[in-house]
Amino acid sequence: MSDHAEHAEHAHHHHGKPDFWTHYVFSQDHKMISKQFLITAIIMGFIGMALSMLFRLQLGWPGESFKVLEMFLGDWGKDGILDPNMYLALVTIHGTIIVFMVLTGGLTGTFANLLIPLQIGARDMASGFLNMLSYWFFLASSVVMVASLFIETGPASAGWTVYPPLSALPEAIPGSGLGMTMWLVSIALFIVSSLLGGINYIVTIVNLRTKGMSMGRLPLTMWAILITAILGLLSFPVLLSAALLLIFDRSFGTSFYLSDIFIGGQALEHTGGSPILYEHLFWFLGHPEVYIILLPALGISSEIISTNSRKPIFGYKAMVGSMLAIAFLSFIVWGHHMFLTGMNPFLGSVFTFTTLLVAIPSAVKVFNYLTTLWKGNIVYTPAMMFAIGLVSTFVTGGLTGIILGDSALDINVHDTYFVVAHFHIVMGASAIFGMFAGVYHWFPKMYGRLMNKKLGYAHFWLTVISVYGVFFPMHFIGLAGVPRRYYSNEAFPLFDALQDINVSISMFAFLGGVAQCIFAFNFFYSIFRGSKSSQNPWRSNALEWTTEINPGHGNWVGPIPTVHRWAYDYSKPGADDDFIPQTVPLKAGEEDVH
Amino acid sequence: MINLLIAIVTILAILVVAKVIRVFELSTELKGDNPAEVTASDNKTQATLFVILGLFWLGFVVYSVFAWGPLTLPVSASEHGEDIDGLMTLTWAIIAPAFFITHLLLIYFSYKYYFKKEQKATFFAHSTKLEMIWTTVPTIVLASLIVYGLSIWNEVTSPEPDDAMEVEIYAKQFDWTARYAGADNVLGKSGYRLITSENPLGVSMEDAASADDKIVRGELHLPVGKPVVFKFHSRDVLHSAYMPHFRLQMNCVPGMTTQFHMVPKTTTKEMREITGNDEFDYLLLCNKICGGAHYNMQMAIIVESEEDYAAWLADKKTIAESMAPAEETVVVAEVVEEGAEAPVEKEEEHTEAPASH
Repeated sequence: MSDHAEHAEHAHHHHGKPDFWTHYVFSQDHKMISKQFLITAIIMGFIGMALSMLFRLQLGWPGESFKVLEMFLGDWGKDGILDPNMYLALVTIHGTIIVFMVLTGGLTGTFANLLIPLQIGARDMASGFLNMLSYWFFLASSVVMVASLFIETGPASAGWTVYPPLSALPEAIPGSGLGMTMWLVSIALFIVSSLLGGINYIVTIVNLRTKGMSMGRLPLTMWAILITAILGLLSFPVLLSAALLLIFDRSFGTSFYLSDIFIGGQALEHTGGSPILYEHLFWFLGHPEVYIILLPALGISSEIISTNSRKPIFGYKAMVGSMLAIAFLSFIVWGHHMFLTGMNPFLGSVFTFTTLLVAIPSAVKVFNYLTTLWKGNIVYTPAMMFAIGLVSTFVTGGLTGIILGDSALDINVHDTYFVVAHFHIVMGASAIFGMFAGVYHWFPKMYGRLMNKKLGYAHFWLTVISVYGVFFPMHFIGLAGVPRRYYSNEAFPLFDALQDINVSISMFAFLGGVAQCIFAFNFFYSIFRGSKSSQNPWRSNALEWTTEINPGHGNWVGPIPTVHRWAYDYSKPGADDDFIPQTVPLKAGEEDVH
Repeated sequence: MINLLIAIVTILAILVVAKVIRVFELSTELKGDNPAEVTASDNKTQATLFVILGLFWLGFVVYSVFAWGPLTLPVSASEHGEDIDGLMTLTWAIIAPAFFITHLLLIYFSYKYYFKKEQKATFFAHSTKLEMIWTTVPTIVLASLIVYGLSIWNEVTSPEPDDAMEVEIYAKQFDWTARYAGADNVLGKSGYRLITSENPLGVSMEDAASADDKIVRGELHLPVGKPVVFKFHSRDVLHSAYMPHFRLQMNCVPGMTTQFHMVPKTTTKEMREITGNDEFDYLLLCNKICGGAHYNMQMAIIVESEEDYAAWLADKKTIAESMAPAEETVVVAEVVEEGAEAPVEKEEEHTEAPASH
């Protein structure tokens, strides 16, 4: 530890002015890598969102001509009419980008990198080099995914879950040609990035905590990131193997997933495989992935809600315990995505049982958030607004999970818009709210400046209104029996009455898009022009606010501070202030909560 | 050119907004306010907005149930579907209060406890009693939901009754074909290597059970009140047979047979009366992404009295009949339909050839 520290000290004080390339591009400083992740994720987020706007045009006004479609999509939007194959491609790449590049790579990459060394009291990550590689693999993966939008046969179009045989056979859909190859390459790179990052996060949190920072004194963000990294490490390799087998089936004539197929006028030679095997492998990652996305957001909101309620987080141990329980359960619930694949009904019962158990730790978390707010003294920073928004979306979306996780009920809502509503609210909105909360909260740590609060408020309200305006009505569309991933419902007179809802959904989607422009503007504007931050702008207890306003590589000038208490001593009786930083020693007779 | 102009205008617009904000910020700074610091009036305003918009959100939820609830699926047209609907109602009865209570608390706390200088937050970090309550109560509620849900799941997925009528539902990009088992109620064997344009389902004629099977496209007819077991197949990619009005769905997986059985209990005619829609038809939809025309892979389902059904089916030819040489016209029609693209291309070549000389 001390060697490491001295080395960093040395680098910090005597290295002179780093040049542009080592400082901004090939940086091994966790704070710079965090910014690289965040800015890449913001760009990817805008691309993913723009794709959804394009297909919302089609869904809101099917068959109508929009010049903008031709402008962006060329032949795929000839005469302003979206091509059905391109519709599926847009849906696929939208999902892939948002799930992997924004909410996995972007969310964890940004906040794990920024916060781990700062909150546990370390000079940097255990391996700065692996950390840098993790970002570069992430960037390469993003670039390949975006590049696949520009090839002649179109990007992957089999849905973000890319089930074979559709994803394996270019005869089945044009996007399963080169587009699918690029998708697989991109995801393989992404998994490498995620594993390099994950190993680093775990090693750093376990080994490099400063003196006094016991596991029981870690801020909840650290617990969330630690658990997330373990989840990723255990589940992403399974997705990698699924992707590799799919590459074999596509390119080398193996039959892991393919059997008994007659397509394009001929019987294929593949025998003995099963697409169900792919589904098992995919969802063995796919379900933990939901929590890989969600847990960091929950950790961030725990920290922010406690800080801005000026109150300790209620039930610290229960919060950690419920995250551990959710993480454990997430590995034994994947079958609830496959109730209708013809699996043994008994197995379906087991998965129903384990799935509904997830609701218990989730309920504990919600009630603990509410109790933290209760009798607090709530400061409405934009970060706090988003954290409260997260509690709302987590409740709204989580409750409908009780319906989808129940095998008997799933029969009729599986793969309908009800599912689209559910996961966009509980996973998409909650995670992105957590991410926004984190950005507003730790922006001063990143850039030494504050984001504009008025724009922040406007961003929050417009976003939350459009999230519910878009996704809440989808429950009803799903309950009317409309399948997801339909290019148009015009072939079904029964669904005609729902078209008005689709129009209003599209309107709210565009409003949401405008709201995100406010955020992007505020973000980039504040980097250069935001008002200067003080050292501890939110009057927080956590260790990251004990550094200089603009910490250099190595984080603390002088020795790393020692920690004497947990991170949540807010409004403690007997203290003069309503917060006591972790570095303040316990007074004689004062009880450490942990 | 237009695109370039749009880009320039967009950039200019952003710059203008930036300037306006800057001016605004400078003016607030002149007044001595920090544009990032949360003030007492901010806390009050945002807390008030939480109440107004929060209650509006709850109102919107209630409104939407009345406005859009009637657009959701009508009562179940199958027997097992009624049990599923019952479970759904019970689940809503649990979810809805949980939703409203947590949201009301969230809204109330957000307003009641907004920051005031003289106010001090209560140091309340832990209470085993409270935590036990909100671990135990959800556990009990969910345990009962699990037990009730699984009892219905077990019923729905139990083996079909012996007298259930066998119908094969055969999926390919992008249509459905049904095969009725005929008088012996046994579907003849089939395999994907036997598929030809005359034999699109690859039915084996060596199997004696195949001869009386009947292949039907376009409409699926079912007798009311009689158990039917569907055997699902796909010849190319994953599809999912979704019959929303019957609360029935099952994936069609290449290389594998899946099944689902049900008893239709409401005829199409009765359901037209229930829904007040004279053109109502039950639907079989594809509900697993399967390619470009996924959105239009459908088949109408007609539920009718046993006599009507028998009369309709009697009209259809068995496989043995349609394969017989005397019925060649029918077979030819099939060939043309299956291979529609090939002859057309040839013709085009013919017509184009002289022009190019």
